[in-house]
Amino acid sequence: MQFGVFSVSDITTDPTTGRTPTEHERIQAIVAIAKKAEEVGLDVFALGEHHNPPFFSSSPTTTLAYIAAQTERIILSTATTLITTNDPVKIAEDFAMLQHLAGGRVDLMMGRGNTGPVYPWFGQDIRQGVPLAIENYALLRRLWREEVVDWEGRFRTPLQSFTSTPRPLDGVPPFVWHGSIRTPQIAEQAAFYGDGFFHNNIFWNIEHTAAMVKLYRERFEHHGHGRADQAIVGLGGQVYLHKDSQQAVREFRPYFDVAPVYGHGPSLEEFTELTPLTVGSPQQVIDRYASMREHVGDYQRQLFLIDHAGLPLGTVLDQLEILGSEVVPVLRKEMAIGRPAHVPGAPTHASLVAAAGGARDATVYAEGDEVTGASPEVEGVAS
Amino acid sequence: MSRSIAVVTAGLREPSSTRLLADRLGEAAVRALEERGETAELKVVDVRLLAGAMNNALLTGVEAPELSEALRAVTSADAVIAVTPIFSGSYNGLFKTFVDLLGEEALAGTPVLLGATAGTPRHSLAIDHALRPLFAYLRALVVPTGVFAATDDFGQVAAKASDGTAPLSDRVERAAGELADLVLSRGRKTVRDEMADFTPFDELLGG
Repeated sequence: MQFGVFSVSDITTDPTTGRTPTEHERIQAIVAIAKKAEEVGLDVFALGEHHNPPFFSSSPTTTLAYIAAQTERIILSTATTLITTNDPVKIAEDFAMLQHLAGGRVDLMMGRGNTGPVYPWFGQDIRQGVPLAIENYALLRRLWREEVVDWEGRFRTPLQSFTSTPRPLDGVPPFVWHGSIRTPQIAEQAAFYGDGFFHNNIFWNIEHTAAMVKLYRERFEHHGHGRADQAIVGLGGQVYLHKDSQQAVREFRPYFDVAPVYGHGPSLEEFTELTPLTVGSPQQVIDRYASMREHVGDYQRQLFLIDHAGLPLGTVLDQLEILGSEVVPVLRKEMAIGRPAHVPGAPTHASLVAAAGGARDATVYAEGDEVTGASPEVEGVAS
Repeated sequence: MSRSIAVVTAGLREPSSTRLLADRLGEAAVRALEERGETAELKVVDVRLLAGAMNNALLTGVEAPELSEALRAVTSADAVIAVTPIFSGSYNGLFKTFVDLLGEEALAGTPVLLGATAGTPRHSLAIDHALRPLFAYLRALVVPTGVFAATDDFGQVAAKASDGTAPLSDRVERAAGELADLVLSRGRKTVRDEMADFTPFDELLGG
């Protein structure tokens, strides 16, 4: 079972001080958060992708590569990578590159993006969100798995004799999760490929989360990737911790009450009842999250959102400290109790390499090009 | 083969004349179905009690269980009776909020009886100029008789009012009869399973 944190990269005013961090401060803060996550023993750091204020993370692989250079162990992931508005060719290239730089500590989560105006900025249409996700991902898989790709589809220019470089590290593409909140078609997509399914349930009741995960598990088995309880499931969540539960509520309430994503709607109490948000002592958080598997089955990855709503960096680092020292070690033990041996852990680069029969150099060697030497030639045609 | 009828009432007070009209319409509809040899079960959704939950759902997407249950009761019903007070010439905000949360496809093909209340008969066309277009958008099957009740109507028992209009009780019976006929002409409502809303990938890529 993997535990980690994810950030949506929002730049939000701290309501208790009225201060809004600069982009530069937030970008430096995210690096500090990722490093701290590794330091306190978490397994995963995942970063969102957005192309509009108040978010900074337009270029996740740049950020993740920089973090990779300063960490040793933590898996770097995304939450999410926009499979709709990004060119799948660029995703294939960027993440294979990141794999090499990070020594394989990379996976990614596909998402469609729900901000309508972003699509036309990248030449797309949100009404085609699901077809885009399906076509682009099918191409992305081929680009990582086939050296030379001929391809034609609805949404991007055709490819003839295209080789995506660099090739995936050790010949093994990064593991892919598909994130969706309420689209059964995406659960079906994840199940079809035997990929992971991540339900970011931070605004949803557990009954809905359970229904989505159940569908994914059933379809995973239907498509022949194993038993339903062997499907690869991830959940989101959000917590605010303090050793004194009343103090946790006192500290978090001013952030909750005005945060753009929560604000002016439900009370903190209503929201914690209906969603996985848990504000309280480490034991309360342990109890809440240890019970998740009663609803969705034994699962593989739990990611917490902890740096949102304008919480300052110092507070976030303190939260990570408590999460890493008092919550996650206990959850690891609790989640291991009664977990059947045939339920796998989340795939890692090492496990995927082993499953592929070992590492291989996948480099595609070619003669020079028009800059450094001869141009690629089409066989049988004189140049 | 009992039929389910959801009664949506958007009155703000307790007691409420809108609720009073809604109850009369509901009971009349059950009677009308029984006269035609069918039993029916009423489920009343008092929208006023969901006001906070509806705001929360709109602002954050988080749905309280009582709201989910109410939405399910209406979307799965074989027929819907929808009654609102008239505010500023139209349905009130709570009523529209509830309809917005139902979703665009939820009432397509569903028999619906519309009712409205107001202080004076001058609002009596609000059903036709405000409610009917809303339910036309939702592709609901609205019965021809809409039942409007002004305060005076609740005191009117004569066969005909001085202006020649039928008393409220007659209009309630007529509308309920129309709804019963429409319900019986339709099969039972099949509720779409949201989790089944996908194309199997083998089909998607093969075809």
